[in-house]
Amino acid sequence: MTRTPWEWTRLIGFYALVVVIVVISIFPFYYAILTSFKSGTAIFEINYLPVDFSVQNYITVMTGRNFIRSVINSVFISGVTVLLALFLAVTASYALSRVRFRGRSLLLITILGVSMFPQIAVLAGLFELIRFLGIYNTPWAMVLSYTIFTLPFTVWVLTTFMRDLPIEIEEAAIIDGATPWNIITKVFMPLLWPALVTTGLLAFIGAWNEFLFALTFTISETQRTVPVAIALLSGASEQEIPWGPIMAASVIVTVPLVILVLIFQRKIVAGLTAGGVKG
Amino acid sequence: MFDFSKELDLEAQRRRAAFYFLAPMIIALFCVAAWPLLRTIYFSFTDTSLTNLYGGEWIGFDNYLQRRELSSGRVIWRGTLVDPAWWNAVWNTVRFSVISVFFETVFGLGIALVLNAEFRGRGWVRAAILIPWAIPTIVSAKMWAWMLNDQFGIINDILVRIGILERGIAWTASIDTAMTAVLIVDIWKTTPFMALLCLAGLQMIPRDIYEAAKIDGVHPLKVFWKITLPLVRPALMVAVIFRMLDALRIFDLIYVLTPNSKATKTMSVISRENLIDFDKFAYGSAQSTLLFAIIAIFVSLYIWLGKVNLSGEGNQ
Repeated sequence: MTRTPWEWTRLIGFYALVVVIVVISIFPFYYAILTSFKSGTAIFEINYLPVDFSVQNYITVMTGRNFIRSVINSVFISGVTVLLALFLAVTASYALSRVRFRGRSLLLITILGVSMFPQIAVLAGLFELIRFLGIYNTPWAMVLSYTIFTLPFTVWVLTTFMRDLPIEIEEAAIIDGATPWNIITKVFMPLLWPALVTTGLLAFIGAWNEFLFALTFTISETQRTVPVAIALLSGASEQEIPWGPIMAASVIVTVPLVILVLIFQRKIVAGLTAGGVKG
Repeated sequence: MFDFSKELDLEAQRRRAAFYFLAPMIIALFCVAAWPLLRTIYFSFTDTSLTNLYGGEWIGFDNYLQRRELSSGRVIWRGTLVDPAWWNAVWNTVRFSVISVFFETVFGLGIALVLNAEFRGRGWVRAAILIPWAIPTIVSAKMWAWMLNDQFGIINDILVRIGILERGIAWTASIDTAMTAVLIVDIWKTTPFMALLCLAGLQMIPRDIYEAAKIDGVHPLKVFWKITLPLVRPALMVAVIFRMLDALRIFDLIYVLTPNSKATKTMSVISRENLIDFDKFAYGSAQSTLLFAIIAIFVSLYIWLGKVNLSGEGNQ
């Protein structure tokens, strides 16, 4: 196969574009990793390639005040939030996708509406509720408030997923006399696992990254989640921003996410697009 | 004989089960969404303060707009609606949302078109563009804050080296460039999401349409405008509204990247500032209620004008 010069130009142009896209996508993260391995004053020299390999910043972060505690907080809060949302969402999505009842569309639109909510609009009310329940400055404040975005999202995605399951499997179970609860646990659950993993992962990422509620509903350093800890990481003095440790902390909390996302790439793309683009 | 009453019974049983299945979710959403929203709206009509949550008294629309006549006869207007800081935040939010969503749509569609072509290494490229999306917003804000640093930042270094800038600029601190910095980071972070949604839309277009256009010798640009864009439009509309709603409520990126900059303070940032930091709880509630109202109006308009079918029902 021979190509004309024009075709060659187009081909090179196309791959140049691809390279630009890839470089812009990964360069900032690459640069954060590069910076995190620099020690002392080397951080103030601009390098494009790795020159230094020092784990000093990582030691500073890990031994520093409360960073590990923040990671544990974040894991706990995100995990509990996701399990709770999935539990409530599985039964609700079954009802929304398989049973016909009046007001179903309205309910679905309302749920979608809640996920589009500006979180600031509920901040004052939630603040009062959290104070009232006595869970201010505890992980439960975040578990409660994160439900506002994890629950609508999981319900929405699982509903679209269950709607596409063939009706026959369910009919067979009904003829055998299975109750709705049995249909969910015995018939649907085995089919739902892949969707649950994807939705759970996406909801986990959402909870892991949340900032506004975590910033507002915690006061002591030991209760902070990872994003708040990174945002408020300060150095010995006010003026001195500890860029090295900040980059090391950023890399620590981002690498697991990036690995998860790369492993579940296809499923995540499917889960994200199930949210809206169906028509 | 077929027993009809039994079938009706089954249907009723299913409906009852559906109710029990839905109840916990509806109660949960009521507690974390509807109730707090109603309380926020209520607070906006009172003079509640952060330290005295239950001591607020009803003051009507005073947090929004208040007319006061001084003894000298001069009339003073007070409240959010005449607060220049609020209108500055509204303008910042609108400016940020429109510009960021515009660029994200253009770049997202471009990347989606690239990814829709078949070439070696496509899977890797798709994986690479997922990375900005996977990075927590706070982390990207910090990463970019470092890259945009005025003295030691690599962006200034690159721009000086290729001769665009004479000397580095203070991207995040300077009032002229703070918004640009925020836009750069947001576009970088959110374009992948847009690209994936566009790609999903593109992949639903049957390939034979392109084959036919190719055989007829239609110019590729014309194919894009006359075939691709109209067919991808429904998916694009949904993606744009999702992004727009997200952009209108932006908080975290701005809070971390350009703290206290007047040039980037958005409605969410200024509301929280009043709610929590300045102890003007009721005043902040009024501002967040306004933000909610603006978003609600925007959504209704968009659905009404764009005839977007968000539920995905009935068009399968």
